[in-house]
Amino acid sequence: MIEEKFAFGNSMIHGLSPAVRIVSAGVLSSCAALCDNLYMSGAYLGIALVLCCMAKLNWKDVLLRLKPVFWFLLMIWIVLPLTFDGEVLFKYGILEFTRPGIELCAKITVKSVSILLMFTALIATMSIASLGNGLHRIHVPDKMVFLLLMSYRYIAVIQEEYHRLLRAAKFRGFVPGTNLHSYKTFAYLAGMLFVRASLRARRVHNAMLCRGFHRKFYTLDLYQPNVLNTVFLTGTCLAGVALVLFERVWM
Amino acid sequence: MTVNDPINVIRLEDICYAYPGTDTNVLNHLDLEINKGHRIGMMAPNGSGKTTLLHVIMGLCRPDSGTITIFGKVLKEEKDFVPVRSKIGLLFQDSDDQLFCPTVLDDVAFGPLNLGFSREDAIDIARMTLERLGIEAFERHITHRLSGGQKRLVAMAAVLAMGPDVLLLDEPTAGLDNKVQKKLIHILNRLDIPYFVISHEFDFVSSVTDRIYSMENGRILKDDEIHIHRHEHVHKHGRHPHIHK
Repeated sequence: MIEEKFAFGNSMIHGLSPAVRIVSAGVLSSCAALCDNLYMSGAYLGIALVLCCMAKLNWKDVLLRLKPVFWFLLMIWIVLPLTFDGEVLFKYGILEFTRPGIELCAKITVKSVSILLMFTALIATMSIASLGNGLHRIHVPDKMVFLLLMSYRYIAVIQEEYHRLLRAAKFRGFVPGTNLHSYKTFAYLAGMLFVRASLRARRVHNAMLCRGFHRKFYTLDLYQPNVLNTVFLTGTCLAGVALVLFERVWM
Repeated sequence: MTVNDPINVIRLEDICYAYPGTDTNVLNHLDLEINKGHRIGMMAPNGSGKTTLLHVIMGLCRPDSGTITIFGKVLKEEKDFVPVRSKIGLLFQDSDDQLFCPTVLDDVAFGPLNLGFSREDAIDIARMTLERLGIEAFERHITHRLSGGQKRLVAMAAVLAMGPDVLLLDEPTAGLDNKVQKKLIHILNRLDIPYFVISHEFDFVSSVTDRIYSMENGRILKDDEIHIHRHEHVHKHGRHPHIHK
């Protein structure tokens, strides 16, 4: 099941239109990704932290969400400073830690954490249904939006089917192990899951036909444009462009 | 009654249908009429072809022979069924098949949008239908997180939002508790359109319909041929196996 821990809240960010948040996240994260200066990356991190505060996110949950990234960054911190050419900053036995390696690690860390925090504050604070709505609003093709929404709708159903099949196998004494019987059982489960998903797809298509579906998808836009959305979008876009210009001209 | 009789809503004549790759007719020279004011119940064993019958009416299964006449028009091709489908509300057995949009409002508005209503009107229709069924509180809920009973009521709202002229309900009470069943009975008894309900629950069928049909060997058995009823009695030696004559 897709967890939407941050999707429901009463912060200012939660009240913004999904389309505005998607565009803002896109602009800010692109600017952050293009940034080549460590100090400027700090500015993006600052903006991301402010956005998280505005979204009133629980910091413990945010850190837990970032855990996989921290593992990835740890790997980079272990490998890059030792393998990158350049001025040696300090030595530990035969291990030489280079300045460019450490700088690159710091840049990657700050930039990736900034981008993820921006997405957590702006995108994870809406439900997948609202995300679909926002994508439709910014003219992402209808078919892609509906592919996303249908996947979201039926992942839970497929997961339920999988658990039902697995339960049925366990009730008949199946204990997963590293043996041919287990592999075969899981192959049967996967096969049966495909068969059931295909039958389900046919039934869903029939249900759609019965409700007048004629290959055209519609999305409801429930968010009305307001001043706050305009101010927020202008603010984030200006901040992004200003930081890019500042870096290019003065740094 | 003639085909063009205004009270004739659905008329099946001499319908035969066998699933592709099989020889046995699931529907075997079947005749059925659903007219204005009809509230028909159907109780028959599993595998007798009840759901197939509904799919034939909707044009989802094409019969091998026979005539389907709906609202006075004989339907043969897929293009004949397309305009008719929006006038017939089919409630599927499994609500997860029917509710495919992420939120309840999206789902209930799906039908009206397909009928050509504007977004604003579709939202208004969806909200009014939810209110009519007393489930307006679910409007923003995520469909797959609803309980079985809630899903069934939302699926019913999705069907009714299209303003159908006739309803076909495939086991609407399967797996539902008494509370939701009572709500469904209340909703159905307030409808002023004809409907055809398939169910295995005698109490439910008898409280929402005025005639009960059954199916045997791919044909429909009507009231005068069958008499489905339930009786309760007390007698001596009740704990011992006994036969009723």
